[in-house]
Amino acid sequence: MSPFIFGRRAIRSLSAASVEDAAGGRSLWRDARNRFLRNRAAVASLAVLVLLLVFALFGDLFAAWSNEEIDWALLGNVAEEGAPSLANGHYFGVDELGRDLFARTVQGTRISLMVGILGALISMVVGTLYGAVAGYFGGRVDSVMMRIVDVMMAIPYMFVLILFMVVFGRSILILFVGIGLISWLDMARIARGQTLSIKKREYVEAAVAIGVRPARIILRHVIPNLLGVIVVYATLLVPSMIIYESFISFLGLGVQEPDTSWGALINDGASQMQYGTLWQLLFPLFFFVVTLFALFFLGDGLRDALDPKDR
Amino acid sequence: MIYFLLKRLAVAVPTLLILIVVSYVLMYAAPGGPFDTERTLPPEVMANLQHKYGLDQPLAVQIWRYVVSIVTEFDFGPSFQYTDQSVNDIIEQGFPVTLTYGGWSFLVAVLVGVSLGIAAAVHHNTLLDYLSVGVSIGAQVLPNFVLAPILTLIFTLWLAWLPGGGWQGGHWPYVIMPVIALSTSFMASIARITRSSMLEVLNADFIRTARAKGLPMWRIVFRHALKPALLPVISYLGPAFVGMITGSVVIDVFFATGGIGQFFVNSALNRDYPVIMGITILAGGLTILFNTVVDLLYAWIDPRIRY
Repeated sequence: MSPFIFGRRAIRSLSAASVEDAAGGRSLWRDARNRFLRNRAAVASLAVLVLLLVFALFGDLFAAWSNEEIDWALLGNVAEEGAPSLANGHYFGVDELGRDLFARTVQGTRISLMVGILGALISMVVGTLYGAVAGYFGGRVDSVMMRIVDVMMAIPYMFVLILFMVVFGRSILILFVGIGLISWLDMARIARGQTLSIKKREYVEAAVAIGVRPARIILRHVIPNLLGVIVVYATLLVPSMIIYESFISFLGLGVQEPDTSWGALINDGASQMQYGTLWQLLFPLFFFVVTLFALFFLGDGLRDALDPKDR
Repeated sequence: MIYFLLKRLAVAVPTLLILIVVSYVLMYAAPGGPFDTERTLPPEVMANLQHKYGLDQPLAVQIWRYVVSIVTEFDFGPSFQYTDQSVNDIIEQGFPVTLTYGGWSFLVAVLVGVSLGIAAAVHHNTLLDYLSVGVSIGAQVLPNFVLAPILTLIFTLWLAWLPGGGWQGGHWPYVIMPVIALSTSFMASIARITRSSMLEVLNADFIRTARAKGLPMWRIVFRHALKPALLPVISYLGPAFVGMITGSVVIDVFFATGGIGQFFVNSALNRDYPVIMGITILAGGLTILFNTVVDLLYAWIDPRIRY
């Protein structure tokens, strides 16, 4: 679903962005940090995300109930008595089975964030290596490797991913592997585009001249210089990973009970909304929307900070 | 142009074949067969069933038969779950529905998105511009499966203006919410792309010349700027199409419209492999077809591109 968020044009402009040398005296990263800190929306987003991380990691400690436990006192009259309340320990209310929504939201946040971050990491590692190798060797290697990417891009991957989940059983591991497998394609294109311009640099030439092997040149000279653009794109990948996962869980094909994720929670809440138990929809929805907003602003801030074209 | 078409076909055919073979092998390797039920069937019955569906043949033979029946007769085989229906029946039943609201969504996304983008670019840095940028940022965090429940909450539960689901042969009140839910995020992307490319074009020298000649603004925008500004939008249409096909699954499930997506998810939950594969291959084929059309369109609009 990355085209939802990231048009081809944006990708192209990222892959065309030239990598500039650090200005004498101040380092590239320090400059970037200064620019980033001046962007208030991005800093606020970072704060929101830190809070969210704390919520995901330590929310359990404040929960009065576990995410599987059924509050038998409320089962059957969820609509009347299951609403959010501090008195009975259900801060976010309970779901249609009388399970504590606070504990479930903590758990869902954990899974959604984990999928987002790990998925982006997988795609970053695979995509960068793939793109850097294709770009560095060029010629036939490049055209074969990029043709493979083209072919894979022409496949409606969500269908294939669901097929994957059906065949190998629905588990978080398979979800990671599946999402990781399809998400590196754009990353590979960006990395390749950047590598094409990096490999003409003097320092790469010098490394070739003194006989450094290609694998070492790619790892030591090419990839570190790709990092700025890659980090920006990876930040923007996190929300798309979260959307992928929520999409699949919304359809009931993702994580399995008693585990949950934002997509599954939104689906549960949506199926119950005609009974007036709106908290079941609105809490997960709020977390989802706020997180995505924060991630997009963070990504934009990082792009402004790290994109050398903007200087 | 014919050479270009042939070249595209040379990529498209292997892609589809790979898709078919990979999904068939995946399916073959899957634990649990389509006939696993609560009670175990007698081995003779099992053998008969396996034989009827050709599942007792070697893998290569099965794949070969499958591909041949698709290519020669456009036949995707029988469904395991709906025993009296073939995959073709299911596609025939669901596809028109998906195509109807999908087509409307595509139209709405392109028309509204492009107009919004143009308006924002022409009135750069005014309230209208900020508004359209705000809309496109907001729509980014509202993918279809988030927007659909929100729309239902507002228009069905609170205002009671529109039905919360169903299709009724495509009667208009049943089409509105699916179209809005499906098209909004693409509309936002198209608006954003149009705005930035329009801004770029409006700063070009030939636009300054047109202004200097004293042409009215609407003429500059529509006669001179629109064509080059639309190029990036056209290259986005391919991914948008894929996204809409994917999104239709959510729409079908949430609004119970009875389109292909509903069958797809049902089959995924019930391991009805022929239906899953048939729909996956259909979606893949449509995507490839659409991308080829978009490429041709691109070449037609931009004469600098020659194949």
